[in-house]
Amino acid sequence: MRIILCGTLLAVALSGATFDIPGALVPRNRIDELVFARWKQLGIQPANLSSDSVFVRRVYLDAIGTLPTAREAADFLADQDPNKRAVLIDRLLERDEFADYWAMKWSDLLRVKAEFPIDLWPNAAQAYYHWIRDSIRQNKPYDQFVREMLTASGSNFRSAPVNFYRAMQNKEPRGIAQTVALTFMGARAEKWPKERLDGMAAFFCKLGYKHTGEWKEEIVFFDPDKKSDNAAAIFPDGTPAHPAAGQDPREVFADWLITPRNPWFTRNLANRAWYWLLGRGIVQEPDDLRDDNPPENPELLAYLEKELASSHYDLKHLFRLILNSTTYQLSPIPRTQAAEHFAAYPLRRLDAEVLIDALCQITGTSETYSSSIPEPYTFMPDFQRSIALPDGSITSSFLDLYGRPPRDTGIESERNNKITDAQRLHLLNSTHIQRKLQQSPVLQAMMREIKDPDELVTQVFLTVLSRYPTGEEWKLVQAHSSSGAARGQAAVVDLAWALINSTEFQYRH
Amino acid sequence: MNTTTRILPITRRDMLRGALFGATGLLVTGNAGRALAAAPNAKAKSVIQIWMWGGPGHLDTFDPKPEAGYDYCGPLNSPIETNVKGIRICELLPLLAKQADKYSLVRSLTHDVYAHETASYTMQTGRISGGHDVYPSVGSVVSLFKGYGAGYKGLIPPYIVLTEPQGRFSEAGFLGGRYLPFATGGDPAQTRFAVEGVVLQGITDQRQRSRRDYLHQLDTLGHAMEGDPQVAAAKQAEEQAYELILGDAGKVFDLSQEKDPLRDRYGRNTFGQSCLAARRLVERGVPYVTINYKGGWDTHKDNFQVMRRKLPEMDKGLSTLLEDLSDRGLLSSTIVWWNGEFGRKPKVDWEAPWNGGRNHWGGVFCALLAGGGFQGGHAIGSSDARGEAVKDRPVYPGDLIGTIYELMGIDPAGNLPHPAGDSARVTPLASEGLPVAGHLKEIV
Repeated sequence: MRIILCGTLLAVALSGATFDIPGALVPRNRIDELVFARWKQLGIQPANLSSDSVFVRRVYLDAIGTLPTAREAADFLADQDPNKRAVLIDRLLERDEFADYWAMKWSDLLRVKAEFPIDLWPNAAQAYYHWIRDSIRQNKPYDQFVREMLTASGSNFRSAPVNFYRAMQNKEPRGIAQTVALTFMGARAEKWPKERLDGMAAFFCKLGYKHTGEWKEEIVFFDPDKKSDNAAAIFPDGTPAHPAAGQDPREVFADWLITPRNPWFTRNLANRAWYWLLGRGIVQEPDDLRDDNPPENPELLAYLEKELASSHYDLKHLFRLILNSTTYQLSPIPRTQAAEHFAAYPLRRLDAEVLIDALCQITGTSETYSSSIPEPYTFMPDFQRSIALPDGSITSSFLDLYGRPPRDTGIESERNNKITDAQRLHLLNSTHIQRKLQQSPVLQAMMREIKDPDELVTQVFLTVLSRYPTGEEWKLVQAHSSSGAARGQAAVVDLAWALINSTEFQYRH
Repeated sequence: MNTTTRILPITRRDMLRGALFGATGLLVTGNAGRALAAAPNAKAKSVIQIWMWGGPGHLDTFDPKPEAGYDYCGPLNSPIETNVKGIRICELLPLLAKQADKYSLVRSLTHDVYAHETASYTMQTGRISGGHDVYPSVGSVVSLFKGYGAGYKGLIPPYIVLTEPQGRFSEAGFLGGRYLPFATGGDPAQTRFAVEGVVLQGITDQRQRSRRDYLHQLDTLGHAMEGDPQVAAAKQAEEQAYELILGDAGKVFDLSQEKDPLRDRYGRNTFGQSCLAARRLVERGVPYVTINYKGGWDTHKDNFQVMRRKLPEMDKGLSTLLEDLSDRGLLSSTIVWWNGEFGRKPKVDWEAPWNGGRNHWGGVFCALLAGGGFQGGHAIGSSDARGEAVKDRPVYPGDLIGTIYELMGIDPAGNLPHPAGDSARVTPLASEGLPVAGHLKEIV
């Protein structure tokens, strides 16, 4: 089919406000009151509110790691309900992809990986993954989620949360204490005074590991008779612990940790949630809580902690509060350079998994994933979404190239979203991407079914950028297609190619 | 067009890039700076690592044991003399036998690790796995100390792998994605070596340029946010990418610029042409090139049939590489490093289903080292009569790697930048798990 992109181009009026909505900001909830007060105190002029098209794309990517379809974007933009942002947020929190995306994030932190250096083994990695995903799907209270892991005993295949104690390279008591501190306290225990780490390590010195007759089965268990040279158990806040005879000291530790009074537990999650959605922790780095690394806005962090505890550790409640705030919904275009005070939404390159899933969705194509050590559990079907991969050892060269975390340590910064030359080469000029565009069933169907060139351009914009073209963009598209540089299918491929290579596509904004 | 000098195309972008990465100083501080300061004494400028993944049998290559009998050496029982008196190698390597004055053999490499992924980790980092960290591989360390943060100005990334990453572990370790190798993809033995991202078939340069203009025009958010550090970084990366796509630097991958007789000598197969591509890369100043031997050497079954098929190919490619580097005056500044993650079990598994296969063997195995300050014509260390254990002069992976670093002007006792600020030595101490026997002074 031959298509020349021209004709009467009816510019969809976006009044120049493609990305933001000028006007005074209105605080939507307590978060905004606390953040606005900070701006006022520091004399910061925040960015405007994001436009609907920016918001719809952002909230899909942030909440469910998934690009809105053209239809979803168009429906949202057409919706006249003044409350439509809140309605959309509620809907997204119930999507299956919510569980997929957040299971992926947790699997990074909990190091869900079959092979080196974590070595969970494929079916144990997947048992662990499914337990994590189910917990998120049910919105299991976070305190219960952590307690199930910390106090778990049993088989790696049958009692999935025991894999927490297997998913680390160093399984000596100090190594376990470091991992627990990093994961659930957001603290770098290797920087603590030695006595504090030793005191915490003592809670994990009665942990036994043993193999069974089943291939690669491992039992993690409380071994009261285990010999150890560890110091007395002392909580990281300096209080001595007194486990009863025959009591699993991990229970005693969990009782101390998992309570709103604990100075690390609730704060760690509240801060991480903010980091995940706003791109920067109130305490930054998000997993480096310590006295000499103070929060940017202590009242804000205290408020989020209070909400988390009073909702009985309902993570969705916390997400809902943040996503509905004006602070979260700011435009990415700053008016004062004050990224550390959350005065604009920060640009962030799409996560490797989200990016490849978006490219597959736009083009209707599939990827191949494999493990360097193929086992029956590691074979993935066609159209597998990469945000739903159950094991960090199942991967692709694209995911590696785009900085998917290796899941070696569980540190947040393992995920590297800094752009590299090789990434730009790949998206601009690889056979992989060019083939996806040229052989795209989605683009081909559009060209077959949409006879009106204007409508076709609109659909490509909605599919890739989740918005309508601006007046200026209409003119550019028309000029390119009438220049003879590319015609017919090539013109559509060039347009899709240019849009996926734009800042707007590659970055959350 | 052949040339014997190292070409470093310097463009405005390079200078800008040097300025950017130089100014931020990136990670090169403290003891890492010490490692850099040693650079002027470096003998080697580049490393070509021939990674024999899967682990080739040491008895079947450079440590033959015909006296051990059929149960050990199978049909490969007639090793041949080389051009160095006293050094014999496998009869399937006649071309390498004529080049033995150019390389030295280490016949006492050992780590006692028997699984692929852990042995790969040990052989590429010098360390035993199991600590809190994953250390970077040699290529990533060289990329840190000799790459963009340290004065390298080439457009070709400083750490290239032909053609696929080995994928056993994250090769950059805790250094992070910036130090991962650039994997070329494609196949250099094809008519056109389609390096992923650099060479796109079916798109003319003219269309490339028109698409680039189109993209720039349509980058509405990029225009609205000019000056944002993320947008600036993306723009910078894109300009570099286009220098490779449209400029001359990418021609390094165009093997048709080489004369046919030379291409034939390397062997018209993926390994042979990878060796040729590696030579072209180091000629242009790329500090680290890994050839990840396609298909691997994990010969649990039918070991001897596989050797008869694959060793002649390896013989041709590797011997031509040594000769060609030498002819061009490049061997003195280019280290060629050959080994797998381990050797293979000396006692052959004759029974079904192995039918003359060899299992993994980390007890003792061998390496080949040439150029860049390594002397040729020596064999250091030895294994016992059956090639099962070290007989004398054990060499641990950290010793070998540390010697490569020294020749590259990288201080093995320097520090790597650790994300959590922990101290992390370039090469391990004995207290980290493997003994240290010291650097390979006999051959440098």
